[in-house]
Amino acid sequence: MGKTLAEKVWDAHVVRRAEGEPDLLYIDLHLVHEVTSPQAFDGLRNSGRTVRRPDLTLLTEDHNVPTLNIDKPIADPVSAEQIRVLRANAEEFGLKIFSLGNVEQGIVHVVGPQLGLTQPGMTVVCGDSHTSTHGAFGALAFGIGTSEVEHVLATQTLPLKPFKTMAITVNGKLPEGVTAKDLILAIIAKIGTGGGQGYVLEYRGEAIRNLSMEARMTICNMSIEGGARAGMIAPDDVTFEYLKGRDRAPQGADWDAAVEYWKTLVTDDDATFDAEVIIEASELAPFVTWGTNPGQGLPLSASVPSPADAHDEVEKVAIERALEYMGLEAGTPLKNIAVDTVFVGSCTNGRIEDLRVVADILKGRKVSESVDMIIVPGSGRVRIQAELEGLDKVFVEAGAEWRQAGCSMCLAMNPDKVAPGERAASTSNRNFEGRQGPGSRTHLVSPQVAAATAVRGTLSSPADLTPVA
Amino acid sequence: MEKFVTHTGIAVPLRRSNVDTDQIVPAEYLKRVSRSGFGDGCFAAWRKDPDFVLNNDAYAGSSVLIAGPDFGTGSSREHAVWALQDYGFKAVISSRFADIFRGNSGKGGLVTGQVEQDVIEKIWEKIEAAPGTTVTVNLEERTITCDDIVAEFVIDDYVRWRLMEGLDDIGLTLKHVDSIGEFETTRPAFKPTVA
Ligand code: SF4
Repeated sequence: MGKTLAEKVWDAHVVRRAEGEPDLLYIDLHLVHEVTSPQAFDGLRNSGRTVRRPDLTLLTEDHNVPTLNIDKPIADPVSAEQIRVLRANAEEFGLKIFSLGNVEQGIVHVVGPQLGLTQPGMTVVCGDSHTSTHGAFGALAFGIGTSEVEHVLATQTLPLKPFKTMAITVNGKLPEGVTAKDLILAIIAKIGTGGGQGYVLEYRGEAIRNLSMEARMTICNMSIEGGARAGMIAPDDVTFEYLKGRDRAPQGADWDAAVEYWKTLVTDDDATFDAEVIIEASELAPFVTWGTNPGQGLPLSASVPSPADAHDEVEKVAIERALEYMGLEAGTPLKNIAVDTVFVGSCTNGRIEDLRVVADILKGRKVSESVDMIIVPGSGRVRIQAELEGLDKVFVEAGAEWRQAGCSMCLAMNPDKVAPGERAASTSNRNFEGRQGPGSRTHLVSPQVAAATAVRGTLSSPADLTPVA
Repeated sequence: MEKFVTHTGIAVPLRRSNVDTDQIVPAEYLKRVSRSGFGDGCFAAWRKDPDFVLNNDAYAGSSVLIAGPDFGTGSSREHAVWALQDYGFKAVISSRFADIFRGNSGKGGLVTGQVEQDVIEKIWEKIEAAPGTTVTVNLEERTITCDDIVAEFVIDDYVRWRLMEGLDDIGLTLKHVDSIGEFETTRPAFKPTVA
């Protein structure tokens, strides 16, 4: 019987398989950031262990870094301490690190792909749930906990039970104005935040094939919000085109050998998935969340749901609680919801393509007086590219703030926070209570909706804007 | 790691679904660089509410958390496990766990037992009617006992064995260091390095 893409990649990395034990899986690339690693390095030190493969381990500073005044010492003592410890660990264990000020510094899930380090058929891990992003290349990429970080540092392997597989087939073409972000929010609303649990999702179908690499990363990034361990998309010409010529992509004969192998990384026709979901792309519309988990989303044209719409008691309580936290009345049209802040950035939508669409919409327009808009590139390279294209000027002219690279307001570990009780439209991936600062209220949106919302001051899509004269 | 065979302690009802790791330990606590002392961050935001169940003295010293479905969703932070453990929890019982959280728990030595939601509801009723009621989590038998309720819970075989033996994962893997070395010789030359 044939194999799925996920099974092929898994099988190619099994170091050891024994009855009744998890498989021991080899890890091709280990990405590390300052939040989930200090205790892992502590563990290595305590047990006198070393890093097995420094050449497959990459450190970057992202969660805590400020996006203003990066040449000054970090003001928050705890953030400064985490960064200091990461640098000290890099030094002690002889590991490569991209520090603040380095052009390669940035969000770990933006850095790997843009260097060409993330390639089809690899196993990629990081102590960060959005490692699923890298699956856009046909890599098996998933988040791990700090003990697993220690395990990979020490052994370059992980003992793991095989995941189940789920096909998410998106047939047809996305309507005009509907983006990858809308698609993944709609998928999560359909399967629920627990629907993908235990699964690797493979996104397939015409609508997926038509997506750019950036858009595919947005989709795979949010697999975790559907509960899945990982999301994958089979590599194709779009993937190869993206990788070709990148810093760490194979060259010459190696490139040919790699592409030949990568082309085998598709689910066989006679392979079976453990579960299947089918989505019709043509039925989709711009999608936003109204609640406090990413599954609580609806088309932008809809209204805030009522607890009375719930299917069961658990859902009813969840809706009530979400409405209370979000300060929303059932029945309010989503488009009437006014926001205080718009955040464009994060590993979901902080890539160059995202910034381009935002600039396109902001060009010749002004951010509403009632809205603070901040735009944070995913990496130093994205920032430079945006500035080369003059996007920064468009942002600043429109009245948005243009910042340095990092996770920023996605999780508000640095000074970029949504104030208590204030409301944000955010291109990030999580709308949990307090995610963007204590008491913050988050609506997850696409970059297009973020830009249109910034202009109108209420949740909006570009179609709601008056054309620029 | 401490061995876990069976544990008896006060159970506390957490009547919420989709308890994400941001709620179990808010992001501000992630800034620490040590492994201990995360107990004060455990459900920190909710504990500010005097009516929150952990602020009810009747459940003081509780060590078994009985939670609603989809416990531990969201970020992969292992601090969530350390926070629960440092607070004093030895086991969490829920009708569904997020995968990463469950994995982290197994590694850290926190037992996660999965039962049907109706078992959760029954235990909730019982421990709410008589706060301070103890339950017994028996890992060997895979059962949770609360008064006259005896339910089997689901936990991965291998994780159960490791918890019962109190074994460290890395030590186990390093027994196979030769196989790792052999595997490395077969990796294709085109695979990238960061060097
Ligand atoms: S941008 Fe947000 S989701 Fe992505 S790695 Fe940073 S904190 Fe995590």
